Amino acid sequence: MPYLAAGDPDFESSLEYVEALAAGGADVIELGLPFSEPIAEGPTIQQAVVRSLEGGMTPERFFEFVAALDVDVPLVCMTYYNLIYQYGDEPVRSFVERAAEVGIEGVVVPDLPAEEADLLREACDEFGLDLIFIVAPTTAGDRLDRIMERVSGYVYVQARLGVTGARESLSDHTEETLARLEEYDVPKAVGFGISTGEHAASVVEAGADGVIVGSALIEIIAEGHETDDSTAAVAERIESLARELKAGAIEGGQRRPRPERT
Amino acid sequence: MSQPDTKFGEYGGQYVPEALMPAIEELTDAYRRYVLNNEAGFMDEFSERIEDFGGRPTPLQRAEQLSSRYGVDVYLKREDLLHGGAHKLNNALGQVLLAKYMGKERIIAETGAGQHGTATAMAAAHLDMPCEIYMGRRDINRQRPNVFRMRLNGAEVNPVDIGRGTLKEAISETMRDWATTVETTHYVIGSVVGPAPFPAMVRDFHAVISEEIRSQTAAKLGCLPGSVVACAGGGSNTMGAFAEFLGEDDVDLYAVEAGGSSLTVDEEAGVAPHSASLSTGEEGVLHGARTKLLQDRHGQIMESHSVSSGLDYSGVGPQLSHLVDEERVTPVDVGDDDALEAFHRLSQDEGIIPALETAHAFGFLETTLGPDGDGSVEFEEPVVVNVSGRGDKDLEAAIEETEARELENAPDMEVFE
Repeated sequence: MPYLAAGDPDFESSLEYVEALAAGGADVIELGLPFSEPIAEGPTIQQAVVRSLEGGMTPERFFEFVAALDVDVPLVCMTYYNLIYQYGDEPVRSFVERAAEVGIEGVVVPDLPAEEADLLREACDEFGLDLIFIVAPTTAGDRLDRIMERVSGYVYVQARLGVTGARESLSDHTEETLARLEEYDVPKAVGFGISTGEHAASVVEAGADGVIVGSALIEIIAEGHETDDSTAAVAERIESLARELKAGAIEGGQRRPRPERT
Repeated sequence: MSQPDTKFGEYGGQYVPEALMPAIEELTDAYRRYVLNNEAGFMDEFSERIEDFGGRPTPLQRAEQLSSRYGVDVYLKREDLLHGGAHKLNNALGQVLLAKYMGKERIIAETGAGQHGTATAMAAAHLDMPCEIYMGRRDINRQRPNVFRMRLNGAEVNPVDIGRGTLKEAISETMRDWATTVETTHYVIGSVVGPAPFPAMVRDFHAVISEEIRSQTAAKLGCLPGSVVACAGGGSNTMGAFAEFLGEDDVDLYAVEAGGSSLTVDEEAGVAPHSASLSTGEEGVLHGARTKLLQDRHGQIMESHSVSSGLDYSGVGPQLSHLVDEERVTPVDVGDDDALEAFHRLSQDEGIIPALETAHAFGFLETTLGPDGDGSVEFEEPVVVNVSGRGDKDLEAAIEETEARELENAPDMEVFE
């Protein structure tokens, strides 16, 4: 499940990059609608946000972007609450209505905890969108129950404390958090710090149903942008990392101990 | 048992990443127990320390020259005399002490003008806690004396380079640190902003300002203030000066925002050349709270501007937004030029060099009651102006900005060779 900031570094190239992800075997694509204050993001995605905003991205352009995409993969919009709140005439509802219209199937909002999400939950129910919540390594007990009652689609398992960003190694928190979630019957996608096929394999082996990778892919875009590489060359590298991640995830699934038959 | 305020009308709330929510629940619980209900004698210890270490109570002084210039009785609440040179220590000491009671091992904070960073560094040194401060690169260049003070007190200062490098970016970056270190670290937020319980808790630590004003006007004059005037960026000195009078309808409350160079907005560039979120902002969500914001029509946050770093912020405390909607607080604005002129007037006429933030509050008296004033406000007397901080940190900026403007009342700033 790859993540890219829509419009990074520009509208046309970004369309090709997202299509490359689909060609590389993505099962769901998370598309970031950039917000000027991305408090949950590390430097890689912060820079992507800057590039995309400088390229003229706005919520309306974002919806045009989604409509222009030629992919056959479910799309999830990841953005911050103020943009959802300000769009259109009816706070929250207008945004979700428009998202549904262009074919978005779910939303993730990093600065919206379950406590403040009633309005968005309502709108998502009305227009048939999934509302994905993030579960952090610090989430436990009653909080976890409250979140799991409200979540739909999948749950975004934050693998480590902190902000987004590619890391060398996996967090020890991942297995603990996945174990806490075992009893809940919702697909679990793990993100934060995953950058290689081997990471993907380990996470899936530990019980995840999917892996979310953003910064590692965005680094490819950032490098290509700096060195002025052709869009096609960058798209090819993106597709190849997507393939590696997908193969890793499949491999992880095969490594998983088979449930005993009774 | 007293319970924390989490919403102010529709404003406030807790719009933060899930990873922070358990810490915010823990903090809410600690605030309720220790601050609101004085468990383990927390508030007694706070009061003792803010007296002995901080130098409270601060005086309420009659401003002789301003009173005769404006023809109204003007009193100054001298928060500039609090240890560190600004009101900021009330909150910083309160929160660092609270972090200690909570068993946290490390303190982080953001700072704009450097006053909150300085106060936090002092409080952390006083209470023996390691401390890191995030400060925008642009503010570091504008407020160098405060950077040295923080480092002298043993704090690490981390420059923030993204964006325009002011308070907004520093808050975002401190939140990122907190999301990483939340299990051991307390984030001492520097104003009445952020997710609940911060706006209420920071207000409560600063409420000592208005509690003292009340008893001082009672003792000196046998009455309540007629008007209270305070500058407002995030709004911590504002809420501190107003808190005690919110239920006293006869006390008029004026929040003076930074009008910057102009109240018009360059939406294309994403820049508001001012910081007047109470007067001109629209409701939205930033840094954990729903409040009035400077934002473009899409909801992207705009860069603000003010000659004073401490007022240079695109948001404002949620309770102030609510009080403005309820017409309990009157928001007004004073531009860069009038603030600088007021900076010089207070320095020359009263012998008090105010912070550039504070100078905005005095600019409001001049633009309404001064010889060229518009007479738009009839002040109820006595007028109490909160002198939220002293101007030592601003000398470099003030001289530079003064020279750029050729202000009439400025002294000759030529340096003796």
